Amino acid sequence: MRENAGTKSANNTACLTLSNITIRLGGRMLIALTAGIAPGEVLTIMGPSGSGKSSLLAFVGGFLDPAFDAGGRVLIGTRDLTEIAANQRHAGILFQDPLLFPHLSVGGNIVFAIPAAVKGRSARRRLAEAALDEVGLGGFYDRDPDTLSGGQKARVALQRVLVSHPRFLLLDEPFSKLDAALREQTRELVFSKARSAGLPTILVTHDSADAEAAGGRVIEIGMEEQG
Amino acid sequence: MARPTEVRRTSGGNALLAFILGLPVLAGIAGTVLPAFGYLPALGGSRVTLAHIAELAGQPHILRSVLTGLAAGLLTTAGAISIVGAFVAGFAGTRLFARIQHLVSPLLAVPHAAAAFALAFLVAPSGFLLRLISPELTGFTRPPDWPLPNDPFALTMIAGLLVKEVPFLFLVTLAALPQLPLIRARRLAAALGYGRIAGFAVCLWPALYRQIRLPVFAVLVYSVSVVDVAMILGPKLPPTLPVRIAQWTGSPELGARFLASAGAFLQIGVVVAAMAIWIVLERIGKAVLERLIFSGRRLARDGALRAAAALVMTACTAAIFAGLGLLSIWSFAGLWPFPDALPGSLTSKTWMRTLPQLRTSFGTTIALALCAALLSLLFTILLLYRNGTAAGQRNPGYRLLYLPLLVPEISFVFGLQVLMLSAGLLPGFASVLAVHFIFVLPYVLLSLSAPWQALDPRFERIAAGFGKSALSILFTVRLPLLLRPCLTALAVGFAVSVSLYLPTLLIGSGRLTTITTEAVALSSGGDRRVIGIYALVQGLLPFLAFFIASLGPQLLFRNRRLMRT
Repeated sequence: MRENAGTKSANNTACLTLSNITIRLGGRMLIALTAGIAPGEVLTIMGPSGSGKSSLLAFVGGFLDPAFDAGGRVLIGTRDLTEIAANQRHAGILFQDPLLFPHLSVGGNIVFAIPAAVKGRSARRRLAEAALDEVGLGGFYDRDPDTLSGGQKARVALQRVLVSHPRFLLLDEPFSKLDAALREQTRELVFSKARSAGLPTILVTHDSADAEAAGGRVIEIGMEEQG
Repeated sequence: MARPTEVRRTSGGNALLAFILGLPVLAGIAGTVLPAFGYLPALGGSRVTLAHIAELAGQPHILRSVLTGLAAGLLTTAGAISIVGAFVAGFAGTRLFARIQHLVSPLLAVPHAAAAFALAFLVAPSGFLLRLISPELTGFTRPPDWPLPNDPFALTMIAGLLVKEVPFLFLVTLAALPQLPLIRARRLAAALGYGRIAGFAVCLWPALYRQIRLPVFAVLVYSVSVVDVAMILGPKLPPTLPVRIAQWTGSPELGARFLASAGAFLQIGVVVAAMAIWIVLERIGKAVLERLIFSGRRLARDGALRAAAALVMTACTAAIFAGLGLLSIWSFAGLWPFPDALPGSLTSKTWMRTLPQLRTSFGTTIALALCAALLSLLFTILLLYRNGTAAGQRNPGYRLLYLPLLVPEISFVFGLQVLMLSAGLLPGFASVLAVHFIFVLPYVLLSLSAPWQALDPRFERIAAGFGKSALSILFTVRLPLLLRPCLTALAVGFAVSVSLYLPTLLIGSGRLTTITTEAVALSSGGDRRVIGIYALVQGLLPFLAFFIASLGPQLLFRNRRLMRT
């Protein structure tokens, strides 16, 4: 088999706990939520746009705009992340857009995400090449990310997140901009990788097909707020 | 939760900004006001007296100097705002608008002095325009005895200021436009039968003007207090007050410093008066607009006015670039007797003769501009980084940026010179650099802050998720992604520094000469060919900076398509 690119190991994963989370904007309650997400499990938050589902991801990731009022605790295992800066949380985030860094090569994007603990230029490069290989992008290391197709970019973005050894995954409608055929494929890939890496995952989406494919619990929000 | 830290970081950065921009301005004003009343221990003035004010009042034609400058400044500002307002009202959102925008933008880079020379070479009695139509239309075989370009009514000076202030106000307006509901308001006004200009004035102008009010006041203060343009194009007998102050400051007689201080103090009063008159004009404008709205008149036939506005906008560009072309022709001209439209022969003799003497001031100009721009960029990045992206431009701290632009430079820079000399500091590269930094920083900060806020925050969130520290994200993500705007800001800073005349002259005390101080010094009675070379070099240096800045991303990111566009 190929060299393990470090994107599959299921070590050091723990349950992600959202305890009494409340997010308000200008006095209006957007979200009130308590949930535990086991390693490899996907929790789907469904809601229309503007319902505040992305602000939940921002809160868990540590980059919620100060205009929001948020309360509650976020824990990974027994460790409380609530007061910890975003760069100490090790949240793997996938947005609607792949957001590959345009100033780096495809491989450079992956190397950038590999933890500093992996020392040595050649070791880091080997790891990145293996990660690309895993998703059928062997030989793409030196390419300009802007020359990739939408599906290829999405796969690079996924591998980039996984090599960074996140403690949990935050998916912000990552499939909504892909066309139908590609969407199914990419979903499959993302969920299987998240599962095999044993990552607790939060998916926010307004597409019920996403929720079905995720196969986990689904929480719908923002419906009663319409009136 | 994140809120307290946000606020603290923001106010810390702004306190620093207030310190860096506010302290020199306040100290400079103090250094002007105290000697105006006789207090300047370094020159033996320790008694408060009104003698210097009286001496100032006794200067020949002082009132005329004051009024010409004041009127020229007010007319320039009113003219610039009318031209820009009519053009934006008539054309915002059309294709012609975008085209003229590309024509006008580069004008911002041309230093005031170079633009003034360009205009002077066009309109002088022996200038290009008259040569074109002589002797066929005019019958002139010798240059007529017209008081141009230094006409006593300062009309040429107003024109020279307009060609520079129109592009400035236009670009400021462009930055404010996206925040207005342009398309909806246009449709609504059109549906009600309003003409384009009247519809814009009724629906959008008040909101737009509120946003550009601070820059409008900056234009007013600048135009009322301008020195270099007034020396090149302004009236001579007597010159405007700021020019006379500059002459007094350069006088070898030590007593003249007190007179200059009194003049600089008076100039503050002139600027305050100009602002007061402008505020009255604003009120009148508002009342007129309200009457127009109330009357319900639609003013639908505004085609001629719109055409005129577009024409004047284009004419600004045409004048400057024709003038710059003319400067280059003059610099190569051999014998060029009057009615001939073009020189009889071209020669590089003037260049060969001038280049050796140009070398020192050229080097100083580049060194000053590079250092001032780099320092300003570093400080700007530090400030934006500290203030974070959340605060945004609503942040009142950014209004401080206009502080050095709202105080007449002749008043506070002269005061700074007085303080510096009193403190025993020698004029030199470092002190001139420091004062350039004060003037360059606002423009660099204004140039970079919009792209800084506009960068997709998700790039940094992703990087933070990888465990990168804030500083590492700054250097590995934000700054590389903002390479192009950073280089542009650097070029803006470079251009501003190159164009600075008065601060260089006063703080350098004549010991540090730049292309700009040399060019302006040549303006009275210098050889046209030599002036052509100096003004051309001064006018082209900023373009060179922008050109090099535009090459940076091409070279550094040859294989990254997204970074090159």
